[in-house]
Amino acid sequence: MIIGLVEHEQGKLNERTAEMLTLGRKLAAQMGAPLAAVVMGGAAPEIAERLAAFGVSTVYAVKHERLGSYAPEAWARCVEQIMAAAKPAAVMAAGSERGNEAMAYLGALTGLPMAANCTEVQPGESFLVTRQCWGGTLWEEARIHGSVKLLTVAPLAVAAEEAPAPAALSVSEFAPTLTDKDLRVRVVDRIETASGRVTLAEARVVVSGGRGAGSAEGFGPLEELAGLLGAAVGCSRAVTSAGWRPHADQIGQTGTRISPEIYIACGVSGATQHIVGCKGSKHILAINTDPEAPIMNAADYAIVGDMHVVVPALCAEIRKRRGVSD
Amino acid sequence: MMNVLVCIKRVPATGSRITLTPDEQEIDARYLNFTFSPHEECAVEEAVRLIEAHGGTSVVLTLGPDAATDILVDAMTLGMERAVLLETESGDWDPGATAAAIVEAVRAQQAAGTAFDLILMGNEAADTGDYQVGIRVAHVLGLPCVTGVKELKIDNGNAVARREVKGGWEVFEAPLPAVVTVKEGINLPRYPSLRGRLTAKKKPIERMKPQRAHGGLEKVRFKVPPEQTSVAEVLGKGAEAAPLAVDLLQRLGVL
Amino acid sequence: MDTFPRHARVVIIGAGIVGNSMAYHLAKLGWKDIVLLDKGPLPNPGGSTGHASNFIYLTDHSKEMTKFTLDSVRQYKELGVFTQSGGLEVARTPQRVEELKRRITSSKSWGIDAEVVSPAEVKKLVPFINEKIILSGFHTPGIGVVDSLRAGTLMRETAQKQGALTVFAGTEIRGMDVANGRVKTVRTDRGDIDAEYVVVCCGIWSPRIARMAGASIPLTPAVHQMISVGPVPQFADTVGEIKFPIVRDMDTNMYERQHGFDMEVGSYAHRPILMEPDRIPSIKESALSPTELPFTKEDFDLQLEQALELMPDILGNEKVGIRYAINGLLSLTPDGFPLLGETPEVKNLWSAAAIWIKEAPGIARAVSEWMTTGASEIDPTGSDVSRFYDHHKTKTHVQARSAEGFNKTYGIVHPREQWLTNRNVRLSPFYEREKALGAVFFETAGWERPNWYESNNKLLAEYGDRALPRAAEWESRWWSPIINAEHLAMRERVAMVDLSAFAVLDVTGPGALHLIQYMCPNQMDVPVGRVVYTQILDVAGGIKADVTVMRLGPDHFRMVDGGFDGMRDKKWLIDHLPADGSAQVSDLSSALATIGVWGPRARDLAQSATEDDMSNAGFPYGTCRWVTFGPVRALASRISYVGELGWEIYMPFEQGARLWDTLWDAGQKFGVVPAGIGVYGTTGRLEKSYRLYGNELELEYNLVEAGLARPQVKSQDFIGKAAYLKQRESKPAATLCTLTVDDNTSKSGIKRYPQGREPILTLDGKPIEDAHGRRSFVTSAGSGPSVGKSILLAYLPPDYAKAGTKLLVEYFGEHYPVMVAVAGNAPLFDPENKRMKM
Repeated sequence: MIIGLVEHEQGKLNERTAEMLTLGRKLAAQMGAPLAAVVMGGAAPEIAERLAAFGVSTVYAVKHERLGSYAPEAWARCVEQIMAAAKPAAVMAAGSERGNEAMAYLGALTGLPMAANCTEVQPGESFLVTRQCWGGTLWEEARIHGSVKLLTVAPLAVAAEEAPAPAALSVSEFAPTLTDKDLRVRVVDRIETASGRVTLAEARVVVSGGRGAGSAEGFGPLEELAGLLGAAVGCSRAVTSAGWRPHADQIGQTGTRISPEIYIACGVSGATQHIVGCKGSKHILAINTDPEAPIMNAADYAIVGDMHVVVPALCAEIRKRRGVSD
Repeated sequence: MMNVLVCIKRVPATGSRITLTPDEQEIDARYLNFTFSPHEECAVEEAVRLIEAHGGTSVVLTLGPDAATDILVDAMTLGMERAVLLETESGDWDPGATAAAIVEAVRAQQAAGTAFDLILMGNEAADTGDYQVGIRVAHVLGLPCVTGVKELKIDNGNAVARREVKGGWEVFEAPLPAVVTVKEGINLPRYPSLRGRLTAKKKPIERMKPQRAHGGLEKVRFKVPPEQTSVAEVLGKGAEAAPLAVDLLQRLGVL
Repeated sequence: MDTFPRHARVVIIGAGIVGNSMAYHLAKLGWKDIVLLDKGPLPNPGGSTGHASNFIYLTDHSKEMTKFTLDSVRQYKELGVFTQSGGLEVARTPQRVEELKRRITSSKSWGIDAEVVSPAEVKKLVPFINEKIILSGFHTPGIGVVDSLRAGTLMRETAQKQGALTVFAGTEIRGMDVANGRVKTVRTDRGDIDAEYVVVCCGIWSPRIARMAGASIPLTPAVHQMISVGPVPQFADTVGEIKFPIVRDMDTNMYERQHGFDMEVGSYAHRPILMEPDRIPSIKESALSPTELPFTKEDFDLQLEQALELMPDILGNEKVGIRYAINGLLSLTPDGFPLLGETPEVKNLWSAAAIWIKEAPGIARAVSEWMTTGASEIDPTGSDVSRFYDHHKTKTHVQARSAEGFNKTYGIVHPREQWLTNRNVRLSPFYEREKALGAVFFETAGWERPNWYESNNKLLAEYGDRALPRAAEWESRWWSPIINAEHLAMRERVAMVDLSAFAVLDVTGPGALHLIQYMCPNQMDVPVGRVVYTQILDVAGGIKADVTVMRLGPDHFRMVDGGFDGMRDKKWLIDHLPADGSAQVSDLSSALATIGVWGPRARDLAQSATEDDMSNAGFPYGTCRWVTFGPVRALASRISYVGELGWEIYMPFEQGARLWDTLWDAGQKFGVVPAGIGVYGTTGRLEKSYRLYGNELELEYNLVEAGLARPQVKSQDFIGKAAYLKQRESKPAATLCTLTVDDNTSKSGIKRYPQGREPILTLDGKPIEDAHGRRSFVTSAGSGPSVGKSILLAYLPPDYAKAGTKLLVEYFGEHYPVMVAVAGNAPLFDPENKRMKM
């Protein structure tokens, strides 16, 4: 059996989880093993249906009164207890913040090794995995040992694909035994940042500025363009280091990774650290004075020119088409 | 008063193309500088600020070859008071082995009189990206661990840590002693000062030679991903490219 | 983007400050069809320009480099990218205090306003300096900083707007094709370009690119460490880039330079860290850029302490952090000068390399003029890439000398200072004899030449004060009064001088006479056996070379040239060889050894060693012939650079030791002494007011000014004739004069002796400038033991160029009275040249 640890938001299956299940199903098929899933806090019918669509035949719906808020060690403890009964060959999660965290706890609890951010898996006595290093700029082939292989799947590395036919699904509830210690690290509060704005990670359109913006004030036109497009505003690491924008706006290896329909990069040179964060974009439009800047190698479309000229022109053109006068 | 340990990892500062050594086991670092990651720079900064605010001792630790003393000096230049080098001779130590070595060092420090209230690390290593050393260390030491932290307050023996999530923040609380892994953005690290560098050269570096535990994750080789050689379609120069660009936005259905 | 061309008039490789300036100047001079290529992106392709600290100090002891710098500043100002900040060099040691005074003399000679100021005055200019550890400062108000990337962009764009230039960044050079010794095609990853000319402006990559065509650009990339610290509270209200003067902390080989809110601290003090051009990382492999290598902190720690000591208020501030630190790559050459001009290996392949920001536009103008017209306003001779002998181009030599030179960047370098590395490369056949005689060897062009002989120490007792001993350490350095004693012994008896370092070039073939006539302004169609002393001019009538030519046969001329100048002049000859192959040049420099035998007993010595007729009638002055000395047949030439009876004797190299012994033995009864180049090049020469190439003779002065114009101009054509004829029509703007120092006594009572390059001043201490804006300065200086005076040569404008005119020379901050002894070309010693002709 291959077990996948599921993340979902209000009954909606997380995209990264879908990617993980896709890889998990392939691995299960190779091994002739069934694909199972662990869902925290019980499985709503719509989740169960989606899981079946991805080839999951067994769902462990974990129910515990103290699992109302996220508690990574408790999640790991639940999976550990399911493992004891189900004897899986591998447990997988998405290489998301929570996925990596819960799997690291599982590794710690069981003393098993864990391989993060895998993109390919070959089963065997030990598994041969390919995983992303250096924020995805380098790949590592590694062998993972242990009685149960613990893996997370790199975000955006595997395209989510449903199974040819949905699996016949059996859902069983699982009641874990949790101690206070398992729950000592948990979310005690949640603070909403009521900006009403789309977040960088979620946005369908992202507009960003780099060193070429020149100053904090240089982001004015970018804000305006983002407003017209309903886009989120991001920036490069050079910008946050200069103190022009908060770190929350940073796109990159040590900032936010984005995956919009289109990413409009203005005055961004395209350092590796930045490219790592934006390569999940479906399309990239680069606006830069330098036609040879590294960002041009990552971009699908380019405008050669000064962002301080081009961006206002874009705003004007959008207004014109919408019939709004300046 | 509190004692803070920061664990950092020495990695090459790479350019946009990474070249491997012929045996594909290492990055060819002939032209490269060595550094520690932005997350870890922030961990060091956080420790220095905590000691400035609360008093106590700050210790920086790394596991690596003798050459790794350079990043220990760098961290001490930024204000860490002393350093521990877990000296290794052979290549990579996987997360399990690394965590075991750190645990051994923490216990040795405690036996020698420095019990840590807080162990800070980066959220993940810049190179291997394992996302687990902090949690493994915390588990063996029986400590709570909060990861991915972008805001940290020490309040009455408790670590109150915030983690950025979609649409806001999750708040965690953990009693000290605890392990906290941080992300860039938790602070804006200072630059090293000249005096800092000159003093750092005189600060002590303690050396330990840990036993390498078997972690179970074994590197076979590195691979350089195929280079993207896409050529951007130039829509035009300057403002006159605006109509074509807006056409594109319309085509993509985002307008 | 423009379509990639198939043809170009000129391809410029490298779009740093040099390549951009070249494009600009070539376009300005009317060339079209210029293509500029760079592997990297624009405006910063990743070479040394991109990380340069971009400040410009004006004064260099070299006139050539100072002129390039001043011209560059003028151009940067025109482009609007120059910010004047003023600059200081501060002294921490008494030796440096003296050196700063010497820098004032160079400043006055080259026309730069500068003054020595007290520590308190330094503090006023730079309030954050620790004035307690400095002894004085050298303040130049005209110093400033430039935006070199912007300058490059503006120059490039100007040439583009003229329609003369197309630019391709991101273009890698894959190779170069050469046909018939001429550059033909530049191969790139975007296609091939057939080019009439190629200019290599590739900085540290230049050797790699030149090698593709089989040419050599001998430089090595080397590390210059620099950090930038900030934010500096003292700079908080600075508008623009710089408010406070730049400081060079000379004794620690460092500089501190404001850059906005930051302070850049750079160093030339650390160990020389050389790179090999083939090991420079690619753009993509580099974390910053290929020329911004990882900073090696340990190498800089001592400098941190020293910088902290000088500027504790800023650098000791814990809030001022190191924000950027690099091991920046720059180009070093074995002699410290740039590498300019057409490569001797490949026609039409030009080099403009090893150039700093401070001199780039000026150099580019000069090289562009040189390319397009054959001559440039500023004399680039010292930087001519064709100056090197083969041994100079080896990795051993380039690395040894570049490393040795690196720490001299801010050093106190004595004008006679000798290189210590890579010596003993070219040894004459007399070397062992000379060594046994206690020769103190100085190097020129790789040759080890005795400068004086310690075995002549006994002569000092003989001559006493006539040897003009020197009390001051500076002018005693790399010098000995033995030189003067050897001189006196030569004038009284006879001396043997090793002249094997001469470059000897034979011109042969049916076209030899025509070629040599075309090269030289003097009448060269002389009887076989005659020796002609002549100059060679460039197209603008500047003096390009100074040689003697022996006519050995109707179709055979032998040109003898200074070793230092030989390779440049050889290239000039080869460049003008007739296309029909009717003349050839062969280089005999390494095949012949030479001994000079001079003095009143020279004839006695020579005659006692040969049966051939050495009498005045049988072997008159100004002739040459074969003479048999025992078993050796040698070519003797009766001329003299020291004003004495005697011969230059040329012999096959392998027979040199034998002939030395023959002459030496013969000379014993006439009191022969070995004499070094100190006599030949300085004392003997100066007493005769003989000109030396590179000192008195250079492209910026002409034959009329140098007093070398002949009464008649020959009817045959020669290079520079038109300009020469014009020069003869008008009164010269300056005339070369011989001056004597009336009183060498300094204020402290010690006798001081100028060493050359000092300014000549009016009696009220004002610099003297001629109608072309050239200041009067000492071109050569030295002792005249036989006239008992310290002798100076200098060009003076007509008002001063009169015998008896009283003037001043400035030396280490003091003025000494001098007098014009001779205006024009006449010797102080033996004015009628009787001794040579007796």
